Amino acid sequence: MLRLEKRPVPSKAWTIATPILAVLATMIAGGILFATLGKDPFEAIRIIFWDPLFSEQFAAYSRPQLLVKAGPLILIAIGLSFGFRAGIWNIGAEGQYIMGAIAGGAVGLAFFPAGGWHIFPLMVIAGAAGGWAWAMIPAILRTRFNTNEILVSLLLVYVAEHILSAMSFGLLRNPEGHGFPGSRNFKDYEAASNTELIANTGMHWGVVAAFIAVIFAYIIMTRHILGYQITLAGQSPRAAKFGGVNPGRLVVLCLGASGVLAGLAGVFEVTGPAGQLTTDFNQGYGFTAIIVAFLGRLHPVGILMAGLLMALTYIGGDLAQLMMGLPKPAIQAFQGMLLFFLLALDVLTNFRIRLKKSEAA
Amino acid sequence: MTDRLLTIDGLTKAYPGVVANDKVSFGIDVGEVHALLGENGAGKSTLVKMIYGLVRPDAGSMTLMGDSFSPPEPRAARAAGVAMVFQHFSLFEALTVAENITLGMENPPKHRELSARITKVSHDYGLPLDPERLVGELSAGERQRVEIIRCLLQDPKLLIMDEPTSVLTPQEVEVLFHTLRKLSSEGTAILYISHKLDEIRDICDSATVLRHGVVVDTCNPREKSARELAEMMVGSALHEPLRDAQAFGDVVLELKDLSVASATQFGTSLKSVNLTVRAGEILGIGGVAGNGQDELLAAMSGETPSANETVTFDGDGIGTLGPNPRRELGILAAPEERLGHAAAPDMSLTENALLTAAFREKLVTKGFVNWPDTRTFAKRVIKDFDVRTPGARTAARALSGGNLQKFVIGREVLQNPRVLVVNQPTWGVDASAAAQIRQSLMDLAAAGAAVIVISQDLDELMEVSDNFCALNEGRLTRPHPAKGLTVEEIGLMLGGMEEQEAANA
Repeated sequence: MLRLEKRPVPSKAWTIATPILAVLATMIAGGILFATLGKDPFEAIRIIFWDPLFSEQFAAYSRPQLLVKAGPLILIAIGLSFGFRAGIWNIGAEGQYIMGAIAGGAVGLAFFPAGGWHIFPLMVIAGAAGGWAWAMIPAILRTRFNTNEILVSLLLVYVAEHILSAMSFGLLRNPEGHGFPGSRNFKDYEAASNTELIANTGMHWGVVAAFIAVIFAYIIMTRHILGYQITLAGQSPRAAKFGGVNPGRLVVLCLGASGVLAGLAGVFEVTGPAGQLTTDFNQGYGFTAIIVAFLGRLHPVGILMAGLLMALTYIGGDLAQLMMGLPKPAIQAFQGMLLFFLLALDVLTNFRIRLKKSEAA
Repeated sequence: MTDRLLTIDGLTKAYPGVVANDKVSFGIDVGEVHALLGENGAGKSTLVKMIYGLVRPDAGSMTLMGDSFSPPEPRAARAAGVAMVFQHFSLFEALTVAENITLGMENPPKHRELSARITKVSHDYGLPLDPERLVGELSAGERQRVEIIRCLLQDPKLLIMDEPTSVLTPQEVEVLFHTLRKLSSEGTAILYISHKLDEIRDICDSATVLRHGVVVDTCNPREKSARELAEMMVGSALHEPLRDAQAFGDVVLELKDLSVASATQFGTSLKSVNLTVRAGEILGIGGVAGNGQDELLAAMSGETPSANETVTFDGDGIGTLGPNPRRELGILAAPEERLGHAAAPDMSLTENALLTAAFREKLVTKGFVNWPDTRTFAKRVIKDFDVRTPGARTAARALSGGNLQKFVIGREVLQNPRVLVVNQPTWGVDASAAAQIRQSLMDLAAAGAAVIVISQDLDELMEVSDNFCALNEGRLTRPHPAKGLTVEEIGLMLGGMEEQEAANA
């Protein structure tokens, strides 16, 4: 009989080994899935994990996409990881991301067609403020009235989506857009455009911000008393209170941090890769980032890796649909397997498996 | 040897990394009160769980009245005549006594019949109990009666009692002992687990002493002194704490008419508590569990803020200050619950050192943690308080209760407090570690700190305290000098009788 036995101390080796094993297990299980669909499993795995980066045919297009997609995921996931570590569940990063994009975009459009170096920084600040303000709603409702931040933040996503739709059909609609919904294209407005910094790499200001956020979060988490208090509050709320942590302040801080980073991701996305505010510019990054945060076990460096891996499976998944005619649900199942195996194997960091003889009666 | 009830022969049970019981053998006669003595972690609980069918032994055998006995589950043990009263009660507060007892029975009789039996049994054994009362309204002593009567209704041949007196006042202990003697005279054997040596010498006919899972000796406890028994348990000569009486300094911490409503439904509200403690004084606060101990500590540590003037330090109101500002003033505390309150279970000892020492030990500058200094501080606690651990990187939950307690107390003591408040400082700690902890509290007071010891262990309080007061339903009695207090006086204070007495005088 197999039995799980709690380790006295979480295993460091397994912490590192489980993500690698999870990817391998996903490849095997996914390969079986693709084989039963009548596709060559080795080719499918190659297309998903290898071709986006190294194939001569596709890499020129898909390699830059890696950073374009990973940037906002990492930026939002880093913000979420603060709260998740403290047991504060912001599920509404998507809403904060949309509101950041609207606020930042609106500031830029207000300056149109003026030029000047100051416009883009102002938009970035407005984006951060927009995301922060949207996150403060669940934060204040929780600290003042003890509402559940999971529900409030999630429901505010739908409010944000309606505001986005109202904006792209109304106030912020491109006056020269022949009545089509959507704002002016920021790519055509240089002072407000988030351009690619190094040609053909996908590197834009949002990716830079993501890298800075990773470093910043790493320092906060490992060196600063705030990171300690966040972890403490998540692991042991009563000990945190004994240690002088003010739970209300922590809620405002953590939700604020994730709001700011999600807002930044929004403004960088809308002025860069998306180009304009439309009803579907957002791509669901705010929700996917939740998975990225957990896939990276809420650790800044882990999130960096997880964001890149997640982006890779998205790009590779699209490619596999295109090249092999794999159905989209199969790709989604494949991505789900990755999360499943990671969480399942995660058990091994805290437990070890023992073989136990069945007891004689 | 003709009336041998239970024979235990070579019982062995190993858990990963530790042999809890190693070839344990002894016997219990019919009608005998047999003590099982040992420090925490000596293997008493494991042994009892094997007898009660909760744990299967790896090797060895048991014989009950001549028949081989290996209960696969507690139900089988009960059917064979073995009953057990646990240290922690398993009762539903919202149900009546009779309903609670019904829940534990295989074939419960009709309600009226059961009530009659409860009344009869409780009357016969001097344990008055009304079957129709809600358990939530009963005191800890009365709840224990429910558990005992639940066992007695099964007509057991062997009754196992795990630390039965830890929740009782001295008067309630007398009643319990009376009941146990009556049971024993009627032929029921009792396996009595305790670390209170005087009790064991009072009531038990024989004692088996366990140390590190091995039977050290079986003896007649009445022929041994408490000190000899303790040394058998510990395996070395006991270090008796020494206390030099000395003059006290000025009042350091004072609570004035402090009332705090309970944060939870089942907590206890503090009602108009007055307390003063002077430099160099150890104030002992006794009381049965759940009478406001946690709340009192929280009010002093700063976890529960109150009106500013209700808590004063050196004469200044500090009631509104949180835990860390109070720590910077020198008011430190060690709560009862080690895992999850005094320490975060999954964090390392270094991280746990930071929990309370961050600001007073200046381990944080401009918000950044100085981890090397924190590690040095943690190592100092480990070294000075003899915490047995592979190192400062070990998670708190990997330590045994006693070792973690030494760490928690040491962490506060080494920060050089002006006031130290501890709750249950030696709960679940073995005798030598407990002596060491008490000594450190006394040394601290000798060095001029004010120390408040909240405890349910009266022996401990009498040993360390200069003054003694008792908590009862959130009210604190006036302090009395600990020297010369009789057991009766203490019992009355714990029972909250002092006020009535004063009114009659």
